[in-house]
Amino acid sequence: MLETVNRVTRATALAATASAGTPEIAPLPDAARFALRLRPALASEMGAVAGFPLDLAINSASSGPRRSIRLGPDEWLLIGDAAEAEAIAAEIAQAFGERFHALVEISHRNVGIAVRGAHAADVLNAGCPLDLAAAAFPTGFATRTLLGKAEIVLIREDDAPTYRVECWRSFAPYVHGFLLEAARDFDGAQT
Amino acid sequence: MLLIPCPYCGDRPEIEFRGGGEAHIARPSDPQTIDDQAWAEFLFYRTNPKGLMAERWNHAHGCQRWFNALRDTVSDRILESYKMGEKPIGGGRA
Ligand SMILES: [Zn+2]
Repeated sequence: MLETVNRVTRATALAATASAGTPEIAPLPDAARFALRLRPALASEMGAVAGFPLDLAINSASSGPRRSIRLGPDEWLLIGDAAEAEAIAAEIAQAFGERFHALVEISHRNVGIAVRGAHAADVLNAGCPLDLAAAAFPTGFATRTLLGKAEIVLIREDDAPTYRVECWRSFAPYVHGFLLEAARDFDGAQT
Repeated sequence: MLLIPCPYCGDRPEIEFRGGGEAHIARPSDPQTIDDQAWAEFLFYRTNPKGLMAERWNHAHGCQRWFNALRDTVSDRILESYKMGEKPIGGGRA
């Protein structure tokens, strides 16, 4: 298949090296990603599909090797292992059968960047207007929002805290540069 | 920055939203039977009130859903937001 050939030759959007400062800003490895749209009633009926939970609260993320992020009442971002992209698509198609849904592979549309450690929220808040304090944006919370002029999906992974930023590939150099620039304010700062 | 209450996501900063103008304007179900004046009123005429107004909003950089909100155009206070197809609890149609 053409897609299989392209997958092994495609160049990554960002160099994989993490920044040395605090917080650490690290481009994440490739992943399989899908945009899934379906009616909320079908989501509650199925509960999960191919190991991806569907009955999550809006603006929350599941954990584990196959994760779902519920971005709205009828929209999920699915993230899995890069090598499993084709298997995941086939499993989901089989699980839904004739039931109405829309599944689009966006593995290479998005780039993931981790922002980890002290001042991670401060660095994100240089361009993101949300309240990122743990009370308002706890671990497991996830949403589409803005970072500077780019749209991102922001997921709080753990209490380090680690945030995962997902942005469109063409925005990745901007988003990455924005985060590195914002982090300069905190490099070497007392935590 | 204004906080706009999305019925799905809660209070969110205004830059995540796009305004969609006055809400509850029904498209004439049979446009070929109405005259130019009535069609123009559907397309272009808006109440533009000083005070309470029902507006459509889209949470463009969030859940991407359309919803309605009751906003006071004098104070910019949003009294209530509600999903498409629902009716506001208070205030009624502005
Ligand atoms: Zn929303």
